Amino acid sequence: MATTRTPAKPSLLVSWLGWRRFRQVQGIGYAVPVAVYVVVLFVMPLLLVGRMSLSDWQLLTGDRGVNFPRDFTSFSTNTLFWPAVVFTIEYTILVTILLIGLGLGLALVVQESGRWVGFLRTSFLLPGAIGLATASLLAWGFYSPSIGPISPPLEQLGLINSPIQFLGTSLSSLLSTTLLIVWKYSGFYMLILLVGLQSISPEVLEAAALDGAGRWQIFRYITLPLLRPSLALSLILCITGSLLAFDQFYILTKGGPDNTTITVVQLIYREAFQRTNLGTAAALSIMVLAVLLVLNVFQFRGLRFGRAG
Amino acid sequence: MKQSLGKTLLAALAVIAVGCSSSQATPTAAPVTGAPVTQASATTAAASQAAAWQGKDDGTKLTMWTRAATEARARPIVQAYNASHKNQIDLTVVPTDDYQAKVGAAAGAGGLPDLFSADVVFMPNWTSAGLFTDITSRINSLPFLDKIAPAHIKVSTWQGKEYGLPFVIDLSIWMYNKKLFKQAGLDPDKPPTTLGEFEADARAVAKLGGNIHGTFFGGNCGGCEVFTWWPIAWADGQQVMNADGTQSLLNSDENKAIYKVFRDMVNDGTVLMPDSKTETGPTWTGYFLKGNIGIMPWPATLVGVENPSLSLSDVGITPIAGVNGGQSTFVGGDAVGISRDSKVVDQAWNFLAWLEGDDAQINVIAKQGSVVARSDLANNQYTATDPRLVLFNQIAAKGQTPFALKFGQTFNDPNGPWLVLLREAVFGDPSKIDADNNALNASLQP
Repeated sequence: MATTRTPAKPSLLVSWLGWRRFRQVQGIGYAVPVAVYVVVLFVMPLLLVGRMSLSDWQLLTGDRGVNFPRDFTSFSTNTLFWPAVVFTIEYTILVTILLIGLGLGLALVVQESGRWVGFLRTSFLLPGAIGLATASLLAWGFYSPSIGPISPPLEQLGLINSPIQFLGTSLSSLLSTTLLIVWKYSGFYMLILLVGLQSISPEVLEAAALDGAGRWQIFRYITLPLLRPSLALSLILCITGSLLAFDQFYILTKGGPDNTTITVVQLIYREAFQRTNLGTAAALSIMVLAVLLVLNVFQFRGLRFGRAG
Repeated sequence: MKQSLGKTLLAALAVIAVGCSSSQATPTAAPVTGAPVTQASATTAAASQAAAWQGKDDGTKLTMWTRAATEARARPIVQAYNASHKNQIDLTVVPTDDYQAKVGAAAGAGGLPDLFSADVVFMPNWTSAGLFTDITSRINSLPFLDKIAPAHIKVSTWQGKEYGLPFVIDLSIWMYNKKLFKQAGLDPDKPPTTLGEFEADARAVAKLGGNIHGTFFGGNCGGCEVFTWWPIAWADGQQVMNADGTQSLLNSDENKAIYKVFRDMVNDGTVLMPDSKTETGPTWTGYFLKGNIGIMPWPATLVGVENPSLSLSDVGITPIAGVNGGQSTFVGGDAVGISRDSKVVDQAWNFLAWLEGDDAQINVIAKQGSVVARSDLANNQYTATDPRLVLFNQIAAKGQTPFALKFGQTFNDPNGPWLVLLREAVFGDPSKIDADNNALNASLQP
């Protein structure tokens, strides 16, 4: 009960609950919409997928009863499982190195202000505005030996005899797809690292320069450590995104040639919609989720230590 | 204030409830109008019998789904039906790659449309999953049943009951370039009648050199070879699977001989490489249209063939033949059936009965240059303009549609075992064919 200044007549709810309890209820009230959203759109589908992974659940005929653990063990006989895992990891390492490295390099280039910097920043960032499926379709047309625009002028100039097969071998498919991803996402990582670079206080850099540190030494001993949070964030995004790569491979190569570019998520899609077995697809999804959870726990730890250090 | 608000709400709810319950037009009790023109006299008995096999046309609203791949031919059919009947069909076109998923989701929710079409090779899977209504007795009541190309009905049969009729028919034939034949010293009016002659003609054209090649095939596309190689075996009276589609015969000596022919053509440069090896399917038909391929399998249609690089008069067609001759084709396309969730089966049947009748087959399907499902209508006023069209229609009756429960995941799947086998047979090590066939058998098991 206020003593100095009486507030307006308290509402029914406040006088019933008392002020402290009212504040608690008010807090819960603000959180409920988000909680509902999370439960309905995240927790319930997750539980449903878990349920599916324990059952013989078909696309056309539905739930046919529990069959644990057959959905999980079925992958021991799936000849595409381990090749897909290995390929996904290879792809993730390749793309992460390229994207973070290129992103950092581009960020260093555009962090200065200059005449062309605004234009450069926009042009690096622009490919990120197209959806990945759209970009993949565009790349498919670009790389096609029958309708692509690269080979005809080269053939006319006599530099090549027949259209270049960008997606002809497993190595060229991997590199062509990596090129697409690097084109599309370098700008995004450039942006993250740019923000990190600009948050480094210029006084620190000036002090280092005054102490006689060279450009490389400044970069290695001052810039990089101070960039650690941004780098950790980029790593989390890049690794998670690459482990979940699907659109680009499904559209460009469909996992070929000869099943050499299949990724784990494509296996999930195949289980669900080609082999119409939602149970095994869900089981694979749960396994991928578990791996990502473990990975991200470690990466977040690294992020926190970076901040503290 | 609060009381009137409550009353208004109740009233609004009542209006909405009434509106929703009457969203489907209730069928009237009026009998069918318009019996077909038959030779029989129009007695009451004959009229009511004719009415029975046609179903009911009483102004019901019907829902129908079809794949985007067949939209161009499905839409005119539905429009023609709507223009001439009281029943009205609301057609929804679903992207091809999403079709199976959408049908599966609707099946789970009990929300399948009245009518829906299916890629013919998926029919065994979908009929066995119980997605369609049994229409065996209705099909048997059709007066022209014995003239309908049997392949689609056969593949839509599960455990003795029939569930589908032909909707859109896609056949495969051999298409050759008469101009290139002449240049190569071949008679343009004497196309090959055996696989060996096909090979010889292709080699002859390939000798012209430059950017001209003998033949082409989609070597990274399982469905392409199903469509174009299997008829070769069928023409010889051979099979590619056992009758219920649980065992693959694709490693038989006969089939191995077929793969060897293509393998030899790949190795001696008759086949356009490396495009054949990398073609995943979307552009496999485009190569013939450029005018520098001698002979290759193609869909049985002349629509869209004429272009600046190729004149229609230079296009020759001949049925796919076997090693020892014979003729066959892959009877693909879409079948259509009535879903098990439909509450207006008689009215939906009215569409199917009309679809297989003279009016639809001639004035809609033949008119748009497509293959008719009725062998007695192969010669009609639209095909009379071009003997090639007559041949398309006649070959349908000689073709087959393969039956397998697990067709899609075995043969259409780009990561599936069939593609592995055919690529090994033609581009890799043929001694591995038997091992690859074991993977096929494993995939075909129900």
